[in-house]
Amino acid sequence: MGGTLNMIGLGLAAIGPAIGVGLIFAAYVTGVARQPEAQGRLQSIAIFGFVLAEQFFIISLALAFVLKP
Amino acid sequence: MSSIATSIGTVVRTEEFTSPGPADFDLPGILGSAVTKPMVLVVLSAVIAFVLFYAMSRKAAVVPGRLQFAGEYVYGFVRNTIARDTIGSHDYARFVPFLFAMFLFVLINNFYGIIPVIQFPSMSHIGYTTALALITWLVYNAVGIAKHGFLGYLKHQTVPAGISGPLLLALVPLEFFSNIIVRPFTLALRLFATMFAGHLLVILFSLGGEFLLLHYEPRILGIGSGLISFILAIGVSFLDMLIMFLQAYVFTLLSAMYIGGAIADEH
Repeated sequence: MGGTLNMIGLGLAAIGPAIGVGLIFAAYVTGVARQPEAQGRLQSIAIFGFVLAEQFFIISLALAFVLKP
Repeated sequence: MSSIATSIGTVVRTEEFTSPGPADFDLPGILGSAVTKPMVLVVLSAVIAFVLFYAMSRKAAVVPGRLQFAGEYVYGFVRNTIARDTIGSHDYARFVPFLFAMFLFVLINNFYGIIPVIQFPSMSHIGYTTALALITWLVYNAVGIAKHGFLGYLKHQTVPAGISGPLLLALVPLEFFSNIIVRPFTLALRLFATMFAGHLLVILFSLGGEFLLLHYEPRILGIGSGLISFILAIGVSFLDMLIMFLQAYVFTLLSAMYIGGAIADEH
């Protein structure tokens, strides 16, 4: 077995954004179910929120490989 | 006795599995050491985009053929869902060529990752995404300054509407940091990191599957799990395709949002 502890930290860091992304798309699905004609507007908002939540994981992904153990 | 047993044990395990890492992305140069595969691929992507859309628009007709329909579909997607919805119908038209070129370029470079033989998303090298993010940064700041003037633009980006008093002391540096400094970094990092991670996953499942199939003892276990690993590699490739498209879309959408925010009127 090899590897660094960074990868475990990366896995832990994925939890928060995963919950955030789940909440965002749950709200998006509920919104579209209630008001299907608003889908176009909701979609770009949902994607934008998804991107913002995701970027924290992206930063930790970069750091996991950059930081030396 | 025990030393013999351990030596036999090491003989049986002929090869140790080394998991793939960032070093797998440093490809050796082809034509000497100066020109590498991603460089060739990036130039090729520009050629592909030009030839494809030249062929699509050359015989433009009122009733579109199949090729022209496909081209118009992609163009309409960028023009309507990305540019018009985020920048606003008043002055989106002058940014459509920029956004369209950005979208196509990123899309083609991402999809290199699943084309057989090529199989390397050139956006998994951070240099290319940094250059693209810098172009977006220059464009949205330039159009903002052109519209509001330098000081007006700084005020527009850093002073939130409807807030006055000492709270501004805390908010203005924060907004400046977020809107001017961090944006190109996150833009570049996001595209790079998702392409990097997606490609790394495919490499991991393929190499791991190969190792399990060929070298793992006991063989029954190795062959079974190796086949599962290859099936997972195919599944991950499909997921990667979705992410490739989504990242090209997100990159263009964020560029459009930054431009739209920079030229928005005060309210």
